[in-house]
Amino acid sequence: MTGIAALGAGLAAIGAGIGIGKIGGSAMDAIARQPEMQSKIQSSAIILAALVEAVALFAVVVSFLYKA
Amino acid sequence: MKLTSFIKIATLSVILIFLISGTVYCQDHNEHKTAETHSKDTHKSSKDDAFDITSMIMHHISDSHEFHVYGKNEDHFPKALTVPLPIILWTKNGLVTFMSSEFHHNDDGTQIIEKKGLKFAKFHNKIYQVDNGVISLDEKHHPTNSKPLDFSITKNVFVLFLSVLLLLLGFGAAGRSYKKTGISAPKGIAKFLEPLVLFIRDEIAIPNIGEKHYRKYIPLLLTIFFFVWLNNIFGLIPFFPFAANVSGNIAFTLTLAVIVFIVVNLSGNKNYWKHIFWMPGVPVPMKIFLAPIEVIGMIVKPVSLMIRLFANITAGHIIVLSLIGLIFVLKTVWVAPVSVAFTLFISVIEILVTAIQAYIFTMLTSLYIGAAIEEEH
Repeated sequence: MTGIAALGAGLAAIGAGIGIGKIGGSAMDAIARQPEMQSKIQSSAIILAALVEAVALFAVVVSFLYKA
Repeated sequence: MKLTSFIKIATLSVILIFLISGTVYCQDHNEHKTAETHSKDTHKSSKDDAFDITSMIMHHISDSHEFHVYGKNEDHFPKALTVPLPIILWTKNGLVTFMSSEFHHNDDGTQIIEKKGLKFAKFHNKIYQVDNGVISLDEKHHPTNSKPLDFSITKNVFVLFLSVLLLLLGFGAAGRSYKKTGISAPKGIAKFLEPLVLFIRDEIAIPNIGEKHYRKYIPLLLTIFFFVWLNNIFGLIPFFPFAANVSGNIAFTLTLAVIVFIVVNLSGNKNYWKHIFWMPGVPVPMKIFLAPIEVIGMIVKPVSLMIRLFANITAGHIIVLSLIGLIFVLKTVWVAPVSVAFTLFISVIEILVTAIQAYIFTMLTSLYIGAAIEEEH
């Protein structure tokens, strides 16, 4: 049954991957269009990436709870 | 010129990786020997003999009553080094204090300490009161003995005190240097701290809280940022007196989140509470429907702060430990260079994560405060 917890964590990782990919892609687009805004775009992209990543880590915590 | 320095650095790091994997190889050897003696001593089944990576990781990320620096538990200095920490218990017979070295590294509840007419034993890093001399386990392998109130200076508490002390010394020195030089170019440690403080003020506090009110919250935001950052960094340093997983401890992040919760709700104005309990601009049934959702949202915000920091730091530690554990799982030295190289890579990312998580925590705190004190528009 622990395999199911791992599967759930993996699915969450896919979601976070899509999310961070979209953020990164859009940030690159935005920087290419407005290179002078690079630092601002970069910092907000990092914040958004951390927010998305946190959701995947929630899943990791839940799979821990499942094990314990 | 640049290329040669790059090649130098690359060669150095390759040499470093192989040196580190050499020490890992020695550890592997020792591990093997202990496993052998272990099986001879206890006659356990062959299944218990296998390297249990989960328990190794859990042991490393959890709190402990002593600093284990190096070596095996049964050896003595200079072959092994453990730094004992004080154990402080509040029992029915009053305060009981002794050093954790009195347990002699025993962690399965067989070493009994008698103080003030009470008997204590340590089982999986928790102190239990054992009146009849044994730890009794229920069917889920959890002890049923009562636990005295434990105020011990554990590894986490020790590092927490250390970081508080360092912050006080650092910022105290910076403050004194400003008093001496007045408003001029910063000197000493202030030179390092001033850009960070200005960053918090200009990039986090002012845009999110607003010019009018930000000054009141600057001390809180600075404390959160530097405290979280310093403890994140201390979690990455793998030797005494750091090596404690403080910010990956849910009690630590819970405390920070509760402080944020209290500050946000105490500074909330009429507009903030109106948006929670009686949302303006929507029909009455919707107002009633939204109120419980908004109340849940009020609580979920600090909870997400808590889990984000805890999970990020813990996940980083687990990745590093799993990569090192790979050597012992696959039982070959030849994995060592690969896993040490990956560990180095992850560690470099973790250095970035320490700063990002401290930044995110401060940023979201100021966002929540800013939303709570926003004027009606």
